[in-house]
Amino acid sequence: MGSSTEHSAYGPTRNPWALDRIPGGSSGGAAAAVAAGQAPASIGTDTGGSIRQPAALCGVVGLKPTYGRVSRYGLLAFASSLDQIGPLTWTVADAAAVLQVLAGPDPRDATASTEPPPDLSRLFPGNVRGTRIGVPRVALADGVDPEVLDAFGAALAMLSDRGAEVCDVDLPHMQYAVPVYYLVAPAEASSNLARYDGVRYGHRAKLDGAAAGVSEMYARTRSEGFGAEVKRRIMLGTYALSAGYYDAYYVHAQRVRSLIRNDFDRAFAAVDAVAMPTTPTPAFRIGERIDDPLAMYLGDVFTVSANLTGLPAISLPAGLTQARLPIGFQLVGRPFDEATLLRIGDALERDAPWSDERPPAFA
Amino acid sequence: MFCGCPADYQAAEPNTRTCPVCLGLPGALPVINRRAVEYTVLTGLALNCRIPEFTKFDRKNYPYPDLMKGYQISQYDLPLALDGFLEIDGDTQLGLGRRRIGVERVHLEEDVAKSYDDRGEGYSLVDVNRSGVPLMEVVSKPDMRSAEEARQYLTLLHSIVQYLGVSTGNMQDGNFRCDANVSIRPVGSQILGTRTEVKNMNSFRAVYQALEYEVVRQREVIEDGGAVVQETRGWIEEREVTVSQRSKEYAHDYRYFPEPDLPPLRIGPERVAELAAELPEFAPQRSARFQADLALSGYDADLLAGSRSMANYFETTLTLRDADAAEVANWMLGDLARLLNQDHREIDASPVTPQRLADLLALVADGTLSTSLAKTVLEEMYATGGEPADIVREQGLGQISDTGAIEAAVAEAIAANPKAVADYISGKDTAARFLMGQVMRLTKGQAQPELALRLVQEGLELQKTRGSLEP
Repeated sequence: MGSSTEHSAYGPTRNPWALDRIPGGSSGGAAAAVAAGQAPASIGTDTGGSIRQPAALCGVVGLKPTYGRVSRYGLLAFASSLDQIGPLTWTVADAAAVLQVLAGPDPRDATASTEPPPDLSRLFPGNVRGTRIGVPRVALADGVDPEVLDAFGAALAMLSDRGAEVCDVDLPHMQYAVPVYYLVAPAEASSNLARYDGVRYGHRAKLDGAAAGVSEMYARTRSEGFGAEVKRRIMLGTYALSAGYYDAYYVHAQRVRSLIRNDFDRAFAAVDAVAMPTTPTPAFRIGERIDDPLAMYLGDVFTVSANLTGLPAISLPAGLTQARLPIGFQLVGRPFDEATLLRIGDALERDAPWSDERPPAFA
Repeated sequence: MFCGCPADYQAAEPNTRTCPVCLGLPGALPVINRRAVEYTVLTGLALNCRIPEFTKFDRKNYPYPDLMKGYQISQYDLPLALDGFLEIDGDTQLGLGRRRIGVERVHLEEDVAKSYDDRGEGYSLVDVNRSGVPLMEVVSKPDMRSAEEARQYLTLLHSIVQYLGVSTGNMQDGNFRCDANVSIRPVGSQILGTRTEVKNMNSFRAVYQALEYEVVRQREVIEDGGAVVQETRGWIEEREVTVSQRSKEYAHDYRYFPEPDLPPLRIGPERVAELAAELPEFAPQRSARFQADLALSGYDADLLAGSRSMANYFETTLTLRDADAAEVANWMLGDLARLLNQDHREIDASPVTPQRLADLLALVADGTLSTSLAKTVLEEMYATGGEPADIVREQGLGQISDTGAIEAAVAEAIAANPKAVADYISGKDTAARFLMGQVMRLTKGQAQPELALRLVQEGLELQKTRGSLEP
């Protein structure tokens, strides 16, 4: 869990573009491996941005499919109504190829779509003539790094040059996306993680003496086995579900969640994709935010909406900062319309000035 | 309930009916068992419930070693069936007549694993076979006024779920369980008293006794100036008392929330109508029909209607034979029942099919077999699964109605039993029956009984005449 891959049991992962910086998270390892050329493609899971944000910070393509596009059977559940598995790759065409393999019906997952996926191989080269792209300007107003904003604008201009129509859209409830997410996701996670209790598998604490019973075994096992961020989320989630708070927190958050989805549905009457930066800032230094979980959570502002609404979303490389750190450009699409995202992504990628850039340490 | 494992946990070796889903392994996901949902809707319909169009599952979260995922998938606020009732005869001793007992709801959930804490010091064993088996919970409204009414309610509910084929209804096996809530209040008060919940009753009798005990216990508490504590109590069969289980539990906040891994269910009116059409005629109605249309006694009708397979067997035999209902009833409830009970067999497993029973009765009706011979043939049919006509032929069991053949036996019996003859002559008519019995024995039971008796009597009369003619 977490947005920086600093909390892993194996220690922090480093960003291949700058080894003193985080690669993003939680699929930071997957993104770093592809960025460093160690793997042509990797698989990550995205619950609040965990594929897209590391993809952005590591300068690779990261795709979160529509909720239900890829079966979750076999995926260790974090937040059941938000989790999706997706690819991280160098190119958009590669992401399409991997998605083609991952996607499809699965009788073992009751939330997976029974519709077979479309043929994604026919999308390329991506043509964006007449494709309408909406931008929620209000959401970009505060807290976004100027270099990220510049790169975002440049990418939109490129798409516009290639024939896309760019306009504004209004997503008034997006400002609530992070608080909603940080109620819903931890709540579901607190329940999904209950099974890690040392009884059947995994770590089990050593107990001293016959006096210790099951309760003590549970408490010690989980205290020892879970990291700080996971514990934080379990506590948050348990609180949000408890008697007296359930209605005010969990139920309320779920209601606002519907409002966020309604905003997007309305927007898609006028546009084919919604564009935003993937993250408000490029990669920060290892250890910089580790003591400030809230600051860490606020970095998810652009990614969590796609998980809350179940809509597909892709992060595309959009150049580097002055300090040569990658910046991500994000598109959110209609339900099960990964094809449009891939098509636009390919158009952006083609002949983009940054397409030949590689992390210096791994060139 | 949410995986494909067989539900035969009682007979299986421990931990042999498991899979990643019911083990709650990381990455496993539940998938709804369609037939369990249909069974629950059928039960709800049989209990006169409303079937809401929208229903869902919820997570009930609590930690325990027999709960694999740390939560149980159940139904909280939108169950499959609501607001039904059952009609009972009522506790006439309390002056209560026939009336409705409300059913609050019927819902579906998964069972938990089974713990064994008594196998050794310092450890417990967990058998996961039972984890994930579908449980259907029928919750009644507090309308029952005595243990007798509870017994009536349970008996009727038991019959209904057996009739539907939804459950075997076996309490000893744990296929039919009962937790009872009971409270008392002063006569005339409209406010329900504090209730206790009683668990661990493994038979209808135990339910009855436990409730009677608990009512007395609560009364004593109140009469001693105390107040009934709301708690869970366990019925201890050996001591016939309930014991507080308070110390074993603490109040749980289950943090119910909708199960995100399962989509909500929409059961439309058309589907409900299709399921309603599957409802059979239940025991009370069937018994009433047997009494009205077939003139069976209430006792016999209730027995025959008691199980769906018995009732079906009965009606099938009747149609095959166009027979006398009372005759079929006698055979089924008498000799056939005896044979089945000896083997602990259900009538579904009877080697004597309705067709064969009908054929046997036809052989009695046309005089081929006497009733007592037919019983022998029935036993043979049961043992071998053979056809009655074949057995009769193979064993030469056809009734002898040839007068000459019987007369020979009569003569032999008379010659061999001079005392009986003398008794008859001196006025003991019963001696004729004795001799008839001898004739039956000599003909291996195949003499036609009425004919044998007549010929014996004729033979004896002849002896009488002869005797009186002797000098």
